[in-house]
This record gives sequence, C-alpha cells and structure tokens, in this order.
Amino acid sequence: MNEQRRTGSADSTAGSRHVGFFVTCLVDLFRPSVGFAAIALLEKAGCRVAVPNAQVCCGQPAYNAGDRRDAQAIARNVIAAFETFPYVVAPSGSCTGMIREHYPKLFAEDPDMRGRAEDLAGRTWELMSFLVDVLGVTDTDAPAFPRKVTYHDSCSGYRELGIKAQPRLLLAGVPEMELAEISQPEVCCGFGGTFCVKYPDISNKMVTDKAEDIAGTGAGTVLGGDLGCLLNIAGKLKRMGATVEARHVAEVLAGMADRPGIGDSEG
Amino acid sequence: MNRARRDILDGIRRGLRGGRAPDPEMLAAVDERLARHPRDLIPARVDLPPDRLVTLFMEKAEAMAATVGRVADVSGIPGDIAAYLAGHNLPPEIKIAPDPALTGLPWESRPTLTVKSGAAQDGDVVGVAMALAGIAETGTLMLHSGRHGPTTLNFLPDNHIVVLRRSAIVGPYEDAWDRVRAAGALPRTVNLITGPSRTGDIEQTIQLGAHGPRRLHIVLVDGD
Amino acid sequence: MQPTSHAFVENARDALANPKLHRALLNMKAGFQGKRAKAVAGLPEFEQLRERAKAVKDHTLAHLDTYLERFEAKATASGAQVHWARTGEEACDIIHGICQRRGAQTVTKGKSMVAEEIGLNAYLEARGLNPVETDLGEYIIQLRHELPSHIIAPAIHLNKEEVADAFYDAHKDLPPDRPLSEPRELLEEARGVLRRIFLASEVGITGANFMIAETGTTVIVTNEGNGDLTQVLPKVHVAVASIDKVIPTLEDATLILRLLARSATGQEQSTYTTFSTGPRRHDDPDGPEEFHIVIVDNGRSALLGTEAQETLRCIRCGACINHCPIYAAVGGHSYGWVVPGPIGAALDPGLIGLAEAHHLPNASSFCGRCESVCPMKIPLPSIMRHWRNAGFEAGLGAPSFRYGIRGWAWAARRPWLYRVGARLGRWSLRLLARGKGRLTAAPLANGWTKWRDLPAPQAGGTFHDQWRARQRGAGGPGGAGAGA
Repeated sequence: MNEQRRTGSADSTAGSRHVGFFVTCLVDLFRPSVGFAAIALLEKAGCRVAVPNAQVCCGQPAYNAGDRRDAQAIARNVIAAFETFPYVVAPSGSCTGMIREHYPKLFAEDPDMRGRAEDLAGRTWELMSFLVDVLGVTDTDAPAFPRKVTYHDSCSGYRELGIKAQPRLLLAGVPEMELAEISQPEVCCGFGGTFCVKYPDISNKMVTDKAEDIAGTGAGTVLGGDLGCLLNIAGKLKRMGATVEARHVAEVLAGMADRPGIGDSEG
Repeated sequence: MNRARRDILDGIRRGLRGGRAPDPEMLAAVDERLARHPRDLIPARVDLPPDRLVTLFMEKAEAMAATVGRVADVSGIPGDIAAYLAGHNLPPEIKIAPDPALTGLPWESRPTLTVKSGAAQDGDVVGVAMALAGIAETGTLMLHSGRHGPTTLNFLPDNHIVVLRRSAIVGPYEDAWDRVRAAGALPRTVNLITGPSRTGDIEQTIQLGAHGPRRLHIVLVDGD
Repeated sequence: MQPTSHAFVENARDALANPKLHRALLNMKAGFQGKRAKAVAGLPEFEQLRERAKAVKDHTLAHLDTYLERFEAKATASGAQVHWARTGEEACDIIHGICQRRGAQTVTKGKSMVAEEIGLNAYLEARGLNPVETDLGEYIIQLRHELPSHIIAPAIHLNKEEVADAFYDAHKDLPPDRPLSEPRELLEEARGVLRRIFLASEVGITGANFMIAETGTTVIVTNEGNGDLTQVLPKVHVAVASIDKVIPTLEDATLILRLLARSATGQEQSTYTTFSTGPRRHDDPDGPEEFHIVIVDNGRSALLGTEAQETLRCIRCGACINHCPIYAAVGGHSYGWVVPGPIGAALDPGLIGLAEAHHLPNASSFCGRCESVCPMKIPLPSIMRHWRNAGFEAGLGAPSFRYGIRGWAWAARRPWLYRVGARLGRWSLRLLARGKGRLTAAPLANGWTKWRDLPAPQAGGTFHDQWRARQRGAGGPGGAGAGA
C-alpha cells in the first residue's frame, strides 16, 4: 500500500507507471484544479505524469453530432499525442469512454488506424478506475472533509466503463465525510454534451429532477467524476438557489477542495 | 399477392447477401434446426424433484393471484368446485369442457349443482377446463383446444376453474412442449395462462379481471 | 398515419409545459422500473438469456427469407391463409378485402403495433367499417383519437380523470351521473361495453408477437384476455405481423418469452400467451372458421444489411422506453409517430425517413440506459449515432449547429489555435461573470443560461497555461512529451 503511495520518479516501477494525462477541454477551460488534483493523486500513487502539449479534445462533440470525418481527424491527433505512454489517464468517464469504446469504431474501415486506436483504447483509463482497478489503491490518505456529500454517477463512466464502486471505495477513506446516496444516482443529469444546448428544454427537465434529487438528500456537496455533468448540475443548483456545492471527486480525494465549488464565487 | 411475396423475399435477399438465394448449406442449417428444435438455456430453478416442482408450481401460481385447491383423487373435484362456488357466493351452475375426464366425474354427488358441458356462452359465470400441463417455472397452465377443449371456456366466464393432474406438472416450458408434440400436430389454440386477467392501463394500477376471467382457481388432483 | 416527428421540438415543448402529463409519467418511473429490476434479480440466468436470445434472433434474421418461407408453408398446411404486403397500404387493403368478403361491419382488434403503424383503423373507418380496439389502453386512446404514447401502455400519458371524461363522452347510453372516479369503475365500464362488442364482432384482428416457422403458428401475449376474446369469438381471425416477428421454433419463442414479460411489466410471464395454428378443426366446439395471416414488410427489409438491422431484434417490450429519461420528460406523443422512445429513435428514421424523423436520434444524451436494459441487446445509441452520421452527411439539422461543430472541430485539430481560443473564452466568461463565479446569461449560450447558470472558469489561467508555467518554474521534470 505504502509503495503505491510513494511519489516521484525514484520509484523503481515508475517506468511502467508513466502516465500521459489527458486534461479534457472542460477541465482545461473551466476547472484546472481538477487536473492538478488528478495529477497529485497519480503522483502520490507512484506515477510519473506528463501532459502532452499536442492534445486538445477527444472529438466527442463532433462524433456525437454525426460529423464522423472531423471526429476522425481529431482522434488521429489524440492517438499520435499519446502514442508513447504505457498509460493514459483522464479525469472524465465521458472522454475516456470516447477513447476506449468509440475510437476503434471510428476507424472500423481503416485497419492501420484501427490498430492504433485499439492500442490506445487498451492503455486509456478513467482516473478512479485507474487508481483502484490498475494501481490497487484503496486509500488516498485524503484529509478530513467534514461534510455530508452525495455522488452522481455519470452515464459514460457507469455504463461504458463500469465505474461505480471505485470512487465510493476511495471516498470511504475520507475522514469525517458522510455519503448519502441520491434515489437514482445513475440516471442521466441531462448534460449529454451538445444535447444540453440542442434540446435545452428537455435537458432542463432532466437536470431539474437531478438537482431536486440531490437537494433532497440534505447533502452539502455533490461529487462526480465528470466535469460536464457537474457544470450542468452546479448551474441548475445555483439557478434554483440551492446551497449545495458541486465538486469533482478528485478534489476531495487529493485534499484540494479548498477552492470554491463549481460556480461559486471566488470573492 | 405473389408479386408482393417475391418483392419482399427479394428485398430481404438483397439486404442479407446481395440478392443471392440461400445456398444449400444455409437451407440445411435452417431445416435441421426446425426438425431438431433444440432446447436452449433453461433456468436452474426447475431442477427439482417432482414433489418440489408441485410446491414451486403452487407458489408461483398463487403469486400471480390464482387460488389452488388440492384434492386426493378425481372424486374430490366436484366437492372442491362446490366449495369454491359457495365461498364466492356464486350460483351453483357450471359449464364444463366436453372432456370425458370432466363429464365422467361423480357430479351426481352434488345434486344442487347444475352442470352443462360445451363451449362457453355469454352469461356463463363459471367455466371448468382440463389442463394439459402445469408449468412449475412460472406457475403457468397449458390448455389446448380440440374436441374436448373449447377455448371460449378459458375467457368468457368470470370464473375460470382448471383441473390439473399432479402428474401433468412439469418444470420448464420445454417439457410441456414435448407433451404437445407427443399428442400430434399442434391444435388450433394452445393457451398458456398465468393467473386471472389483469390490466395496468389506468394510472399503472394493477386491476384483476380485465376482459377475461376475474378469478382463476386451480384444482390440483394428486392421484389419478 | 401522418407523422409529426419533424415537429419534435415543438411537441416536446408542449409536453414539458403539461403538468398532467408529468403526473401520469411519474407512475411509470415508480411502476415499471422497480418491477423489472425485481424480476431480473429473481432470475439468475437473465444475462445469459439475453445473450442467447440475441444469438437466436441474429441467426433468424440472417436466414429471414428461408424462415418466412418455412413459416408460410407450415401455416398454409395447417389451413391458414397467408398474405404478403409490401406496404402498409397493401396490408390495409388485404384486411379490408377480408372484412368486405365476409360482409363484416363490427371488427374487434387486439393490440397491435404494426396495425397502428399501417393506420389500419383509419383505413377501415374510411370504408364504412367499425373497428374497435379492445385493449383497455388502446380503447381509451381510440376514443380520444390519439396515437398510443407507449408501446405496452398506450394510455400511460393519461390520468383517470381524463379517462373518465372520454367515457362520459363516448358511452351516451349509460346514466350520466354514474360514478367514474376510480380505476376499478372505469375498468368495469369498459369491460361491460366491450363485452357486447366482442360478442357482436364479425372479424377479429390481432397482431403477433411471434410467427413460429417450425409449426406455422402465430403467438399473442396479453394480460387482459382481450386478444383471446378478439380471436376466438368471430368467424374470422386475421393476424397481422411484420416480417421480423418470425422465429424458428417453439423452444426459441420460449427462450424469448422468458425475457419479454420480465422486461416489460416485471411479470415472470404475462397472463395469456396464446399459440394459434390454423383455423378451428372440424370437431372443435369453437374458434374461427378462417385464419388469415398478413405478413407486412413496410420498409423493414431495406434495413437488413445496414447498421439499423439490429432494430429488427426488437420484441416490443418497452423496457428502453420505461428507462429513458428523455421519454420520461416529454412522453410518447412528442416523438410524433407510433414507436416512441429509444427504439423509436433507432427504428423510425428507417421506416418513415430520416428527413421526417431526424430529431429523434439526435434528442438523446446517449446515457445508454436503454441499451443496458434491452433484453435483445440492441445497441440503441450506436444505431442513433448511425442516423446522426447519415443526417450530418445529408445536411439535416440546424445550420448554425452544423457550422458551429465544423468550426469548432477545425480549431480542435490545431492545438495552438485551440489554446488561444480557450484563453480568449476563459477571459470573456470571467469578465462576464464579474467575480460572481457564474453567469446568468452568456452570448451564444442561451440554451444553457435560459434554464441554469453557467459556472465561470476558475481563476489562474487554463490548465495548459498553468501547467506550462509550473514546468518552467520547476525546471521541467515530468514534462516528457510536452512541446510535441
């Protein structure tokens, strides 16, 4: 266990734990602290982390819009940017699902690219899943978080990648924190990438149900593993006037939850 | 009409294999499957000795709102039915299937009971039929049409009473199908019946007695 | 049947503003989802059965022509008359012809999605016949002149008060002051009214959940018993079924029946599953003298060999609909055609055309819950994506969105440009948030800010800017790959 939490490149196994970190566009633009928290967790678990500069987006917006050619072009960039890493980790089930599940399909008719896409898919992990399933981390040594929290399972993470127990396992090690589950944690919040702006009224109904479910738990914080869902949920909670703060789970686990919650004032 | 048939089959062949007719191996595979009708996965819940299958059948049937009366042999059937009628304040009149197994019962032991046989008519309140099998897997009765089995009896009367021999209780559906096949070509109708009729079409509240019977009573006969 | 799928956005907006609809749809969440989960938990083999059922249906579709021919031969040998219809119009015409030949006036109908699809009732009514739906939900929506809003619970969008109003309007011969406030009273009234119609019916029309090639048998699955009264009382029984309903053997149908009711209503088995082979035999005491089977294509054969082929595995259980958050938000009528929900989004573009139905596969958050509960493992989101690809190629959808995606994608292939864009976006959003941490309105984001606040970007620069600044400050350890 301790060995897994050792940091730095002096670790003899660090070569095999060389992680290329996929930031994701939303973390880059809206909440860099999630990226730094994720990297802190990875380094604490003994990984050497690099952030390739050639990365941008996974291409999911184009892919889901039916714009296959643009999605392929973007995916080629991502595949090239991460070609040399034994592991690629992203703090998002959605972007990870895109790479793991959909890149190979995107190049179904191109044997050469498909091979490279499948290779990347096999090396790419969502953060919680990587920590628990690959590294065997059971406790992140997080500082106390004396709050009642609840957890939203994002759709891609839960249904494409089977992420449900992993964040809960790690959260169980956070001192003074109480987890109160919402009634339907795995029902979609209505974000859905471009769905929420293409069909805003329907998305609103979904996120309203979700926000009411969250508020009903009496939790002071809602956590999740995908910034897209969290921006949507936080935006609705704020608009409703609810006092629940929203955070990425990595912030709590890395002890970096001192910044204001998503959408909360910094002043 | 033949033209429509040809166009549809041609369209299917275009989609499946560029317009080609199935080759002989494909035809053989289909015909082999139809002739052999292999069993697929059968739930392990029916891997039980005969006694326990009877218990499972009763549990499952009752869970679907059927009632079960148990009699030692066929001579007990009229008594169980009379008790059922009395228990539900029903008039002592029944319409039974024209099946020797039912018409030959000692109905004279119940002199107040009016027994007619044949297909059900509007106004028949109680219909009595014979089951070909009882399927323990889900507490389901299998009945079939034929000279001795009018299908209307299963649907028109408000009360549906079905006589089931203990020896007719099988585990999975597949065993019941074997019994049907053993009897020859398929009859016009095979009914699988699990509980009385029901609907949830108004506000998702389950109501028994939709268009078919309001009640289903099974008379389970232990001996022959 | 004129679809209104092209008006999905407007339909959905009306539905979202309808509180009665939402009260009705809440019943669905409480009922179907929990019951299915319990039924699935009660059968340890459920997941394996899904795999097996998928394999059986894939095998059947791969040999669909042969199985249909074998079915026809067996059905004919048992005395049934088999008809083939390329289109809905042809199917309606065949059925009308059968009714006309028998001089039929009153025609009872069991619940049939394909009959809804081909608009059979309207066709028969226009020719002077009186077709009456006998499934309680279908009867209610027939009285209200509506489409079914759900494939197994056609009137799920209605509350009991609305049903009562429909009955007061339609059953004029009953005392106007009778009580109709409870579901039981409504059911009893419908039972009484329909019983008279069952007994007067001259032709009974049902659908078919399966056509069994081994025996030439059609199968219906119901809970109310209405389908059976429909097909046993009149002199003529017509079963109408689409080509994808064929299945090889009784054992194969049994396999799928283990999934059907559990996935639909959470029952282990529906109340009545009825296997019909030929007309009544010469010594049968009852049953129809004629049995007609109308096999309908109506666009399905064209789906074979395409990415939408897998929709033909569908057994119309409704599980995808029952678990769909979009459906729960907008109800079935918003979809504008007879098959709503995820299966409608995957199937309808193939049957009514992508130009009409292009919203349906787009109006999905791809949450994947539909696929996870589909007993036949139909990859519904993948098929919706297939239609989105086709729609994008064909230039369907709002131009602003299409150009927006293309422009964004152009930048997303150029990291340096994207970084500049991100910096600019971050800067403007923070400016507009004016230190409040969130925006209540933002240019180009009305869809978002109409309903929710937009969280502002955190202080301190984009992640990439901050990361590079740190690497420079720290002398660059861990920066392998940077600058590529």
